[in-house]
Amino acid sequence: MKLSEIIELTNAKVVAGDTEKNHNLLRAFSSDLMSDVLTLDTEHILLITGLANLQLVRTAEMADIEVVLLARNKRATPEMIELANETGLVLLETPYSIYRSGGVLFKNGLAPVY
Amino acid sequence: MKLEFDIASGDFSKAGRASSRIKKMLKQLQVDPKVIKRIVVAIYEAEVNVVAHSVGGKMLAEIDGTGITVIVQDNGPGIEDIEKAMQEGYSTATKAVRNMGFGAGMGLPNINRNTDEFTIESELGVGTVLTFRNNF
Repeated sequence: MKLSEIIELTNAKVVAGDTEKNHNLLRAFSSDLMSDVLTLDTEHILLITGLANLQLVRTAEMADIEVVLLARNKRATPEMIELANETGLVLLETPYSIYRSGGVLFKNGLAPVY
Repeated sequence: MKLEFDIASGDFSKAGRASSRIKKMLKQLQVDPKVIKRIVVAIYEAEVNVVAHSVGGKMLAEIDGTGITVIVQDNGPGIEDIEKAMQEGYSTATKAVRNMGFGAGMGLPNINRNTDEFTIESELGVGTVLTFRNNF
């Protein structure tokens, strides 16, 4: 699924990263547990989370995650935005809950990791 | 090529700096991305462990022609029961660590899974040493 489609379907706002780059996400995963995220060996994943801290951005970097969607109006801090821009991570914010974000993306064809 | 990093206790804002540097270096050396991901996940988990559980420590990484060896050494307090610590789901992490998205008892098993060689030694009151290696 194209990044633009994800943004539109979840009514999201881009707060960091290069959206011009051709991001094509194949699967999505949602968790607030970073160690869980670090067990994934799938590529081109969207991570949907309610955890908004610096470790989220670091975890995305180590786990090769290209796009993170912060659910339920969780705001990225200036430090998170700075680090995301440095590591090339696209950070999105959506007013939707994790459940609704996942639901709408799944319904529109974005496959789950598990 | 040798790299050394100090890891401060409790400073989550800096956790990941060593892993990030090593990741960049391995990318420059054009190591297979799959190999890079496994080792940086292991290094990152180890870094978070030192920040979350110890009084501080350091990491040494040595890259040679065939792989990377990492030694993570902290200055205490040491692990009481290594066998338990290696079990998935067992954790002694504080609420603050859990709030950071860690402390679910997956760190050491994750390191074990992502490395080709892994040893852990720990002495109460002295500290813990993790040694692991991945071949390119």
